[in-house]
Amino acid sequence: MIQVQKAGLLTTIQDGGRRGYQKYGASPGGAADTFAYRLANIAVGNEAGAAVLEMTLQGDEFLFEEPAVISIAGADMKPEINGKRVPMWRPVYIDKGEILNFSNASRGIRTYVAIAGGFVGEDFLGSFSTYLSMNAGGYKGRKLGRGDVLSVKNPNNLNEEVKTSLSRSSKEKGFTYPPWRVPGPGHFRGGSPGELRAFPGRHYELFDSGSKEAFETEKYKAGSKSDRMGVRLDGVALTLRESQDILSEPVTYGTVQVPSNGEPIILLADRQTTGGYPKIAQIISVDCAKAAQLRPGEAIGFRMVTHPEAEQLLLTVEDRLARCEQSVKRKIMEG
Amino acid sequence: MKHTIEPLGDQSLFINLGDEIDPETHESVQAVAARLEKEKWSWLFEIVPSYTGLAVYYDAPAFYPEHSSPYEQVAEMLKKVVETTEPREGSGHRTVEIPVCYGGEFGPDLSVVAGENGLTEEEVIKRHSDNEYLVYMLGFAPGFPFLGGMDERIATSRKDSPRTSLPAGSVGIAGSQTGVYPVVSPGGWQLIGRTPIKLFSPDEDPPSYVQPGDRVKFYPVSSEEYNRLEGEE
Repeated sequence: MIQVQKAGLLTTIQDGGRRGYQKYGASPGGAADTFAYRLANIAVGNEAGAAVLEMTLQGDEFLFEEPAVISIAGADMKPEINGKRVPMWRPVYIDKGEILNFSNASRGIRTYVAIAGGFVGEDFLGSFSTYLSMNAGGYKGRKLGRGDVLSVKNPNNLNEEVKTSLSRSSKEKGFTYPPWRVPGPGHFRGGSPGELRAFPGRHYELFDSGSKEAFETEKYKAGSKSDRMGVRLDGVALTLRESQDILSEPVTYGTVQVPSNGEPIILLADRQTTGGYPKIAQIISVDCAKAAQLRPGEAIGFRMVTHPEAEQLLLTVEDRLARCEQSVKRKIMEG
Repeated sequence: MKHTIEPLGDQSLFINLGDEIDPETHESVQAVAARLEKEKWSWLFEIVPSYTGLAVYYDAPAFYPEHSSPYEQVAEMLKKVVETTEPREGSGHRTVEIPVCYGGEFGPDLSVVAGENGLTEEEVIKRHSDNEYLVYMLGFAPGFPFLGGMDERIATSRKDSPRTSLPAGSVGIAGSQTGVYPVVSPGGWQLIGRTPIKLFSPDEDPPSYVQPGDRVKFYPVSSEEYNRLEGEE
């Protein structure tokens, strides 16, 4: 059991999201930065899809009422135990009675805490993800608050292995960790800082030439009203060649839609399943996690790539992730 | 069946079956959706039907490394299915009756709708409950049906400033559309009534009370009847 001693700004239980319910209008949800989420689970030997905590901008303080193995990935919120920095991107064994605290995120906004076994959440449509607008799933359908107590699912063999090997090493600081770590997302996805790669959306050709050019050359800033539904961008307004009604049709993770005020929105995990705004572009899967980490006020540019390039990047990155997972498994088994 | 296929994301695509909201295009979408639901391909994650076509979400990495483009592979397989689908294959609809308590505290904007159209409140209720509506798609919120077939004579512009919270079951009009809010949500619709029926129940299969292709018929009930039905839900 883990108790929340101080609550962060917006911490929710999230997993890989709901699948198969978009046709009923239910948002897929799940971790907004799917990359950090997956790496956090890989680092503790969890199965893909295990539930984690997603913290936003400011993290929580947790009391460990029993020993646990966790991993922290995503934005650096300067995690500490007893005033000592706790390393990210690797399994960390934490002793019973220790307090893990996070402060504010520097670079990026979302931080993931995976625990060996995975957190327990309330199931909503086949997922533990917290569906905030429905007040359902995760921890009582809401963000974590002070005094909440989190439970952990039963560990698998790999979880047991990592726990046993780490519990043997010395822990005068209250925690211990192996010398290895998983690589950060930059290692996997490539690309340049401050840039999101995208390919033309279904309504790209409906935009006037000035808007198409602006989209590729201008900088856009993440707005303060951004949330798990989407990143609202401030910048040069984008307009259609002639005004036109767009019928509601499916949208996905990373779809860039342009409402009538002309300011684009990048859709994230808690997006609606369909949208009636023109879609100028689609962020490639590999860069969606980067969009999910944009800080309010942070500037970003778009670089157009082709759909085949997006696919090749996706396959390359998925292959690297699979290799990373295999390599972590070997390291855990070797103790 | 005539169609085009194009990418949505790099792990999803869109099968386009028409350009307009009409019952024929809807029949095509329903027919293709029904065919794909039967396929049980392991790489097919989910399909999402809409007015003019449907999105297909697929497992792109499952096609690696044998094939260079997962999209090309998936599109080719889907093309074969769509080509051999007959538009009327998925037809055979059901009519779902939805009780609505019109006006009063449940429908505070009924007078607005009546006023803007030069009708009495009773006439608005009659026109709203006389027509049969086609459920074109679900979206916007869990269980929210996009309905077609409203009488143009009760069309009313949206509210200038949206309400921050509409109760679940709210029945409203926005432009020439009518809809029912399954869950509490913000919205700028003119509220004319409320239904005690739960339109979204996560523990039921399917979780949505109405499905695309259903016909919906609203019928007026008194507030006593509303309370009785709500007690049964």
